[in-house]
Amino acid sequence: MQYAPQLFSTALRMTRNRSDAEDLVQETYIKGWRSFHTFQEGTNLRAWLFRIMTNTYINKYNAQKRKGTEVELDDVEELFLYKRLGSIDQSQLSSSAEDQMIELFTDDEVKNALEALPEDFRMPVLLSDVDGFSYKEISEMLEIPIGTVMSRLHRGRKAMQKMLYEYARERGLIIEPETVEGTGE
Amino acid sequence: MPNCQETLKELELFLDSELPNARIEQIMAHLTACTDCQGAFEFHAELRTIVRTKAKRDHLPEGFTDRLLACFEPQPEAD
Repeated sequence: MQYAPQLFSTALRMTRNRSDAEDLVQETYIKGWRSFHTFQEGTNLRAWLFRIMTNTYINKYNAQKRKGTEVELDDVEELFLYKRLGSIDQSQLSSSAEDQMIELFTDDEVKNALEALPEDFRMPVLLSDVDGFSYKEISEMLEIPIGTVMSRLHRGRKAMQKMLYEYARERGLIIEPETVEGTGE
Repeated sequence: MPNCQETLKELELFLDSELPNARIEQIMAHLTACTDCQGAFEFHAELRTIVRTKAKRDHLPEGFTDRLLACFEPQPEAD
């Protein structure tokens, strides 16, 4: 059961619903148990379980496989967040936020930014950024070429950075330069 | 040694541990000499850590592990 918490967190980001996430993990373990004879000893049990879960999710929710309906993402500037926060000077941050990025985003904001990504982008970003799988492993889990994994990661990550930036701005943690120069109202 | 543009282009591959060792050394050499690129790499590495840490903080539903374990128990024989 050592992987249950990791599987549950990722299931929750995939399904965006606690009861569906619980069902998904449960189904993953049942399938894993039933097909355990196909597991090759010495290979990665964690990757094997995540692969079963990803397949189950895709089949069950009929997601991802709908060809020709790929959602596009708005093009976001390269290094979007870094250009805005990387060299941020103390005066642009409100006093409640240190210049520490970790203080800038709440757990919920990070989760929401991930969950708001369109499916095609959410899956690779989750499997890479959160679960740390390699391009090859993700390519096998999602049954897409490695080049597609890379381009979806790139665009998905930029879109996520933009969302994180908007959340911090909405909470007044970042004051945009235009606002600083304006009348303040 | 790669220039800034070439280095930044491989930022994600670098952070994803998808570069061959020889290329990692070249990128590292550039980063040692260039504080601008070093700043960008450190920023994204930190962001990655934040996402990984915060997106994993979920409370398991009550009794979840017990229900999972129950899936593996032999079904009771009917009388």
